[in-house]
Amino acid sequence: MSSQAFQKVYTKLTNITKATVSLTAKDVGYDEMAVVNGRMAQVVKIVGDQVVLQVFSGTEGIPTNAEVTFLGNPPQLKVSDELSGRFFNAYGHPIDGGPEIEGEIREIGGPSVNPVRREQPSQLIATGIAGIDLNNSLVSGQKIPFFADSDQPYNQVMANVALRAKADKIILGGMGLSNDDYLFFKQVFDNAGALDRIVSFVNTTEDPPVERLLVPDMALTAAEYFAVDKDESVLVLLTDMTLFADALSIVSNRMDQIPSKDSMPGSLYSDLARIYEKAVQFPSGGSITIVAVTTLSGGDITHAIPDNTGYITEGQLFLRRDTDIGKVIVDPFRSLSRLKQLVIGEQTREDHPQVMNAAVRLYADAANARTKLDNGFDLTDYDERTLDFAKAYSEKLLAIDVNVDTDTMLDIGWELFGKHFSKAEVGLKKEMVDKYWKE
Amino acid sequence: MEKNDKTTGTVSGIIANLVVVDVDGPVGQNEICFIAHGKERLMAEVIKVTGDQAYVQVFESTRGLRPGSKVDFEGHMLEVTLGPGMLSRNYDGLQNDLDKMEGVFLKRGDYTDPLNREQKWSFKPLLEKGAEVIAGDWLGEVEENQMPHRIMVPFKLEGVYTIKSIVGEGEYTVDEEIAVIEDKDGNSVSVNMVQKWPVKVPIKTHKEKPRPFKLLETGVRCIDTLNPITEGGTGFIPGPFGTGKTVLQHAISKQAEADIVIIAACGERANEVVEIFKEFPELDDPRTGRKLIERTTIIANTSNMPVAAREASVYTAMTLGEYYRAMGLKVLLMADSTSRWAQALREMSNRLEELPGPDAFPMDLSAIISNFYSRAGYVYLNNDKTGSITFIGTVSPAGGNLKEPVTENTRKAARCFYGLSQDRADSKRYPAIDPIDSYSKYLEYPELQKSLQKNMGEHWLDNVLKAKDILFSGKEADEQINILGDDGVPIDFHQRFWKAELIDFVVLQQDAFDKIDASTPLERQKYMLEKVLNIADTAFEFKNFEQVGDFFKRLINQLKQMNYSEFESEKFKTFEKELEEMLREFAVETKEEAQAV
Ligand SMILES: Nc1ncnc2c1ncn2[C@@H]1O[C@H](COP(=O)(O)OP(=O)(O)O)[C@@H](O)[C@H]1O
Ligand SMILES: [Mg+2]
Repeated sequence: MSSQAFQKVYTKLTNITKATVSLTAKDVGYDEMAVVNGRMAQVVKIVGDQVVLQVFSGTEGIPTNAEVTFLGNPPQLKVSDELSGRFFNAYGHPIDGGPEIEGEIREIGGPSVNPVRREQPSQLIATGIAGIDLNNSLVSGQKIPFFADSDQPYNQVMANVALRAKADKIILGGMGLSNDDYLFFKQVFDNAGALDRIVSFVNTTEDPPVERLLVPDMALTAAEYFAVDKDESVLVLLTDMTLFADALSIVSNRMDQIPSKDSMPGSLYSDLARIYEKAVQFPSGGSITIVAVTTLSGGDITHAIPDNTGYITEGQLFLRRDTDIGKVIVDPFRSLSRLKQLVIGEQTREDHPQVMNAAVRLYADAANARTKLDNGFDLTDYDERTLDFAKAYSEKLLAIDVNVDTDTMLDIGWELFGKHFSKAEVGLKKEMVDKYWKE
Repeated sequence: MEKNDKTTGTVSGIIANLVVVDVDGPVGQNEICFIAHGKERLMAEVIKVTGDQAYVQVFESTRGLRPGSKVDFEGHMLEVTLGPGMLSRNYDGLQNDLDKMEGVFLKRGDYTDPLNREQKWSFKPLLEKGAEVIAGDWLGEVEENQMPHRIMVPFKLEGVYTIKSIVGEGEYTVDEEIAVIEDKDGNSVSVNMVQKWPVKVPIKTHKEKPRPFKLLETGVRCIDTLNPITEGGTGFIPGPFGTGKTVLQHAISKQAEADIVIIAACGERANEVVEIFKEFPELDDPRTGRKLIERTTIIANTSNMPVAAREASVYTAMTLGEYYRAMGLKVLLMADSTSRWAQALREMSNRLEELPGPDAFPMDLSAIISNFYSRAGYVYLNNDKTGSITFIGTVSPAGGNLKEPVTENTRKAARCFYGLSQDRADSKRYPAIDPIDSYSKYLEYPELQKSLQKNMGEHWLDNVLKAKDILFSGKEADEQINILGDDGVPIDFHQRFWKAELIDFVVLQQDAFDKIDASTPLERQKYMLEKVLNIADTAFEFKNFEQVGDFFKRLINQLKQMNYSEFESEKFKTFEKELEEMLREFAVETKEEAQAV
């Protein structure tokens, strides 16, 4: 980032805090990028002729006579087909040893789509995972996170979903990714022969945390290029958005803002919504689907990060270890796909909605039976049967290692109903029972 | 705030969308200004003034904005433009017509006209030359989507005016003069079909605002039967994410018997608005047979649109509602979610470094919410006609905790509480309105009780209370069963529990995505409630508790099949007949009768 000849170089800082430096400067625009002694920074406040810069990697060791140059533009990315197959850092610079790419310069974090120009999402995305396809079907143009404790294999599940989703492009936005996970993604994409349709923006645990703040916008700017300019279906993977939000709170704390719940900035909702709302189905056929990861602490979804996320995204896929079967499942209670009703029973078999609901209801009965058992009460015959059902349901459908098509999932559902229950106990619409019931 | 020379200013500070402007003249609180940024003009609102500095919140992104940019103050507060042609429109929070904007992406500084200036409306005068009028009086009317749209004396006029001239029946654009009126001092005012009004000031052209007394039918059983809302009433729907706030609001806006429906999508998902765009032009208004979109206006300020405009959006919606109410129409106003509006206030208050209240919300949050809700209501207009705004807002409590400030303050302002429960949503008992905690204060109003008695029959209220008792008693029984075990309680407890389940499954639960079940007319609600209460009144005899559950599950299944069938259709009647037979199996009387034979 050497400064160009015509740029004015400032050499007198008036104020230094942990995260920011201030100086007297003229003709600077809000949000503009700058370089402070070789470190990337961004304008976060202007008061009179005082400009406050947030230095992404922190201010340790920055002297008052540091060299400051302004780049004259907000953060941006060069877009072209050359993005495909490449790995970049949070600033959009290659980290794979390859050359800088050529392309059109776009500001990241650009404007929102006019809601009247959106198309309603309507294309089912099949993943083979019944916990998703049966109970929480995904639709292209949707935005949905995995809610998972940090010891769960969320990145593996996400990689599976991505590779089975038949997207034209997959864009990975990695935030605070461990080096191992970074290499994991690289390897599975490579093994699948998919590298040429993947673009990655990665901030690892070795990089300064505040840099992460740029990653989602970088990934989504690339996504908009492929979805709008090329009419492609693009799948964006954002992992881990909890670490993104943590970076927001670091910044706001350092800037002495009044924190709201869980030390998060009061603007957390808007900050996250701006990112997730980039998911869209365009009338021209292009689409951006966002699958994200929000790690939880001890399964707590009331914490401000998952809470605000849940209010923004179109559902969530809650991963949980089921000790009965010793596998990770997509929890049918806490999970939800808000767009599923656009496709189930229409792009899938007519009995889909009914089978889905009945199975979850019976699974809930099993949970009640388990509570009874834990409290030392006798179980009824029905209770016993719900428990048997729940175990089979979990094993054959909810486990994340299931990989079958939706018709098979529905058939398995009817098989389980017929094996464990009477028709009245399952309580489905008569037409469906007449057609699909299996003794 | 009227002034002759426009005040101007220069940008001197920028912190996100809060901009500090050095001004050269008088500025008013909430005055609108435009900041020049290259070719763009960014709209902003004054929210604080100290000395010669105005703090303005910009309704757009401030990216790239520089100190020294010029600012023009407009001399008025944020206004909406009112006139025929607002129905079926999709506006943003500042009433820009979204369909008129070019391109796929929203452009900064793109402001579009809310009305169509070319369209001709066929005007019919309602008053004659010489008549005395005051603000809000109906001079004439045009037909908007086959609904009478009254052209009113501008709201901002004070005192009595005399009509000097009024045009005859004919076709006019909104800007053409349709009347000239004159005040006592001989100052004349030219009136056309358009007027402007500041959104934060209530339109008060009515002479009286009685307590609401008439039920507003929503087709949602959980509301109409158990906790009805009234014409002109207020209600709120708090619930953690995913519990069904939006689905419930959409259901109400599709089915409610209103003349006009205004939906403010305030800081929520864009795809949910798209759903309305897509569905409402296809769906029929159950009362008129016309398309739903014809009675609907959408104010869309989704979560990715500028935060300051989010705050404005609910006021824009309310003002449009007041305008239609003043013409004697029944308006239903929905805002999803009022919490996002409160958050917008919080973001700005924090940027202004104001002393924060609980959870960093502004100290006056309670007053702001109450003031807003108080703009709803049923009114008698000066011509003795009536109009109403029924307002239902959703609240998105942080962490699902109903003790947070927005929920608590809304509880003080709204008369109906439809609390959505996570447990009910988790077990897919939709709509997840908690039957025990939720309430409608209107049920206690003698005015409403009287009108219910007249329209729903003498026993209606008793039946409703009875249903509530059964639900409550079922909950108690359930708790006992959980503590003592199935065998540890008398069989009667199981009956109590299952009678509550019966009401829950048949009356409360309603599938918003089923063509027939989605909306239940009052007549059908009454029929089914009586049916279910009859069952609850029947004495049954069971050998053991397992029989109770099995039996009631079969009853529930049968009644649900009825809910899914066309009312009084052959199918419906067949299910009903089978139900009667089932009932005889365990009913005590019939067994005795059988023995007697
Ligand atoms: N009445 C209902 N019938 C069937 N499903 C419902 C109903 N209400 C809600 N749901 C389900 O719950 C999901 C979330 O509902 P939504 O209204 O979007 O929640 P919220 O607005 O509270 O976050 C819906 O997508 C739908 O799957
Ligand atoms: Mg919602």
